Amino acid sequence: MTAETTGQPVLRPHAEDAFAEELSALAAADDRPRPERWKLSPWAVATYLLGGTLADGTAITPKYVGPRRIVEVAVTTLATDRALLLLGVPGTAKTWVSEHLAAAVSGDSTLIVQGTAGTAEEAIRYGWNYAQLLAKGPSREAMVASPVMRAMNDGMIARVEELTRIPADVQDTLITILSEKTLPIPELNDEVQAVRGFNLIATANNRDKGVNELSSALRRRFNTVVLPLPASPDAEVEIVSRRVDQLGRSLQLPAAPDAIDEIRRVVTVFRELRDGVTTDGRTKVKSPSGTLSTAEAISVVTNGLALAAHFGDGVLRPADVAAGIQGAVVRDPAADSLVWQEYLETVVRERDGWSDFYRAARDAASGRAHGAAA
Amino acid sequence: MTERPLLLGVRHHGPGSARSVRAALAARRPAVVLVEGPPEADDVVALAGDPAMSPPVALLAHAVNDSGRSAFWPLAAFSPEWVAIRWALDNGVPVRFIDLPAAHSLALRDADERDAGTSPAGDAPAGDVPAEDGTAGDGTGRPADEAPEQDTPGEEPGGPEPAGDALRRDPLAVLAAAAGHDDAERWWEDVVEHRSGGDDPLAPFAAVEEAMTEVRARSSVADGDRDLVREAHMRLRLREAVREFGAEAVAVVCGAWHVPALRERRTVAADRALLRGLPKVRTEITWVPWTHRRLGRAHGYGAGVESPGWYAHLFSAPDRPVARWMTGVAGLLRDEGVPVSSAHVIEAVRLAETLAAMRGRPLAGLGETLDAVRAVMCDGGEVPLNLVIDRLVVGDVLGEVPDAAPAVPLQRDLTAQQRRLRLKPEADDRHLDLDLRKDNDAERSRLFYRLRLLGIPWAAPAGGSSTGTFRESWRLSWEPELAVRVAEAGIWGTTVESAAVAKARSEALAAHTLADLTSLAERCLLAGLGEALPTVMKALADRAALDTDVAGLAAALPPLVRSARYGDVRSTGTAELTRVAHGLADRVCVGLPAACTGLDADGAAAMRQHVEGVHAAIALLDDDGLRDRWRDTLRRLARRDTVPAVLRGRSARFLLDEGALADEDADRLIGLELSPAVPPARAAGWVEGFLAGGGLLLVHDERLLALIDAWLTSVPADSFTDVLPLLRRSFGSFEAGVRRSVGELVRRSPGAAPAGAETAHAPGFGERADPVRADAALPVLRLLLGPEAVGDGTTPSAAPFPTPSASASPSPADDPIGAPA
Repeated sequence: MTAETTGQPVLRPHAEDAFAEELSALAAADDRPRPERWKLSPWAVATYLLGGTLADGTAITPKYVGPRRIVEVAVTTLATDRALLLLGVPGTAKTWVSEHLAAAVSGDSTLIVQGTAGTAEEAIRYGWNYAQLLAKGPSREAMVASPVMRAMNDGMIARVEELTRIPADVQDTLITILSEKTLPIPELNDEVQAVRGFNLIATANNRDKGVNELSSALRRRFNTVVLPLPASPDAEVEIVSRRVDQLGRSLQLPAAPDAIDEIRRVVTVFRELRDGVTTDGRTKVKSPSGTLSTAEAISVVTNGLALAAHFGDGVLRPADVAAGIQGAVVRDPAADSLVWQEYLETVVRERDGWSDFYRAARDAASGRAHGAAA
Repeated sequence: MTERPLLLGVRHHGPGSARSVRAALAARRPAVVLVEGPPEADDVVALAGDPAMSPPVALLAHAVNDSGRSAFWPLAAFSPEWVAIRWALDNGVPVRFIDLPAAHSLALRDADERDAGTSPAGDAPAGDVPAEDGTAGDGTGRPADEAPEQDTPGEEPGGPEPAGDALRRDPLAVLAAAAGHDDAERWWEDVVEHRSGGDDPLAPFAAVEEAMTEVRARSSVADGDRDLVREAHMRLRLREAVREFGAEAVAVVCGAWHVPALRERRTVAADRALLRGLPKVRTEITWVPWTHRRLGRAHGYGAGVESPGWYAHLFSAPDRPVARWMTGVAGLLRDEGVPVSSAHVIEAVRLAETLAAMRGRPLAGLGETLDAVRAVMCDGGEVPLNLVIDRLVVGDVLGEVPDAAPAVPLQRDLTAQQRRLRLKPEADDRHLDLDLRKDNDAERSRLFYRLRLLGIPWAAPAGGSSTGTFRESWRLSWEPELAVRVAEAGIWGTTVESAAVAKARSEALAAHTLADLTSLAERCLLAGLGEALPTVMKALADRAALDTDVAGLAAALPPLVRSARYGDVRSTGTAELTRVAHGLADRVCVGLPAACTGLDADGAAAMRQHVEGVHAAIALLDDDGLRDRWRDTLRRLARRDTVPAVLRGRSARFLLDEGALADEDADRLIGLELSPAVPPARAAGWVEGFLAGGGLLLVHDERLLALIDAWLTSVPADSFTDVLPLLRRSFGSFEAGVRRSVGELVRRSPGAAPAGAETAHAPGFGERADPVRADAALPVLRLLLGPEAVGDGTTPSAAPFPTPSASASPSPADDPIGAPA
């Protein structure tokens, strides 16, 4: 907002600004029925996210690469009166999808509440401007509306990030908002009633189970869509190597030649342990307790690159990533180390071309065992 | 239009088609109903009206002399053909099947197989012709994975020939693409199946006919096409019926693809010419029970219906199919403990309908309802959704066939085998001893095991171990109800072998514990069902990979290794078995140390048996790498303080016996374990474990004896009574001779003299070894043990020859067991 007033280019424009042309082209081409106060029809919103080519030849870039079903269910949910909960491990584009959905549906992705352990009720309902409150007493003018309240007033999409980080009692203030579509203001003996078009997108990390698990009363106000991890190994290798490249440059690490093989190996290990089955689909393996997300694979490779650059010969070798992988896999020292050892013995040991990695991983594992014994 | 016969083109197994057929028949009231299907079935069609008959069932045609050659035409309650048959029977109207006789189609399939140079695929009725011919159409009688692209809905014109024409293979896809849909199945559902109501019950069929005529006009039909032959036969039968009843009184229910061909005006002579000289086999036909699962393409002989449960619902629900379906899903989830309220059902229905609207569909289909169930009721999770798919979308519906139905081919196959093996099904108890070295007896044994696998307990093993010997004893007794069991087992296949293979595979997929699977593998080997083994092994490997119960893994290993060895004896392919056994052993090696900690006395005793079993099994597996890893595991067990003493003692003894523990290390280890600081009860437990391998060691290694003796004498008097039972158990297990020898050695106080080993000697022996006479025995020993075994560290050294391998296993100075890797 400040950037607009000063006229300086912003570091990262909002989705509705960055893709304004695509949105207006879609709006022009869209002749399907639109729910009240929606900028586009559900079909056009889905097209905006998944990409496509319009009748007039405008190419819509895909914002989300993943199953079509997921986007369709998400958009449709927003058209019903249930709220949308996007679940997924970190790095599965939950926030990204939520931003673009809000931008396409309401033309505004900024009505956002960032959930933290310290998020208070005021962030979801309303606060008070204390100077006004003291000067005029409780009144509408003295109220500071939350993004959710503004969205209700204007019939827009509100967003709540990291819902499960928010303390349970604060979470539950959403129940009335989502079920009765009203926000009571007992101080004024008044209420705000949501205008048609209001809905809410929440994102949550489904690995955070138990942090602040949603109460079942709140849960049933949401339709849940789980965003999956990258579907194919190649896609994931691509994501990892691109991010590693960017990170390496910002950390000023010298570029390592031929790191792609090790990256592929890290991704393979992560995927196999995560999916509980080897890539050839022939052998099942146990899954450890950790997430093993793409983001962690990136950090393992970056770490390995730093090791290779500062302590090795600059080439990313199995030993550089072995310890990092073990650290990512073994979160629970007892159960996970068994899982990891079993994986090493039953899968890695017999795999062609993996003997270096097997030895490095075994060394790393026994180093750990000695450390634990000491 | 009234002067023309009523041609009802349907999509096989389409519930919408079935409703339309019912409405059309009710409106037109024909005097005869012709159905696409083998004419042989005319004789048994009346059984469909029997109250004891309940779909899904299948018509099964098989060659008389070889019941393995067979074809199925499955019919579900929602199949248009079934609806037509039932309408005709209920209204007293004759039903006739008009397709090419099974006698020809089975013979033609054989001819095709010969032409293709492939041998008939054994048990699996793999032919395409009856599959394509099937009344119930797509993919019957053919393993589902062979022709997935042909399992498209509606009609399958394609014969076995690899015609490159997409139009011919899947006309519906072409129609759907013309209508702008990428999914032919959904398009058909939208335009035909989901049509509810409409004023003219005949209108949809007219539209289908028109569309199909258009499609067929554009497709090239090759000469010699199997379809042409079939359609020629259909036309002949149709003409016959028209002559008999008049054109307006005839109704035909057939795949939509055939409708234009039946309309076509062809001369009788031309049709006859096509049918002339077709090969023929003698066939029989009967009804067999079928299941929804087998209608699904995921299971064996697929009929190409992915969602029989959903179709059955669409067909049977009187109104509001989506709301009723969601209520059913909610009921299922509630039964499984997932909290689902009515509000969930309401929201799921709304989401499904909104999704359908967004996707431009007239009614929420299976895809929309499942998406809604996942998002609303399952919190986005796949696990409860899979339950819904398994129980409701596919469903556990088992058909029934009245007793009056002709005997199933399985019974014939069994009778043939009984005759060949000279085994009469008699009610009296009969005892039978088999010598497995004789072919006839071995085959009898396999037959018995196969029948037992199929739940037909005609023969029961009568004592004696079955593995490892060539003798088997059986008790035979044929109860009348076994015939019923045979009929029930008919669902699994048409021959005893193929049925047993199918049953074993299905059991493998359903098995819950490792023990179930290992025993199944054993039974498969005994029954000679090598074909089922890969599935069983895959299931076993998967189960083992996910099993966290190391004791269970350890318990599963010995029988598996035995099976592998037994299979070798029978020259069954057991490479897979051995591979799985290796995997299992590796997992045990990794998990055992952690599983052995914190056990109570009972747990330790149970685990000791497992460790012993695994030790023996790994020795049998004969893999040096594995043996080394096992020794590492034993070392870790032996030195870990939290492992019960008896297990540590046992592990130490295994290592010593294997020669993996140098003598001086053993001394130090025993010294450590039996130090005064160790509580006597614990030390006694260790001794029990250590001596469980037999007492000869003590007779021949007096240093060890001296150590144990010294510990024993140092046990304080008040603790002695506590450890006495343990000691008694340890020493009581020795053979009498050994016990006496040990006693005599102890009386001479073995450790008293510094050179005790030299001066003391076992009773009845000379004072010291006579090198000349000892050397004389060496060549024979070498011959017996193999050149590399003598002097090798792996020789079991519990034998009376202590191995000279002290240096074979170097160990760090600070650790008597050696460092675990």
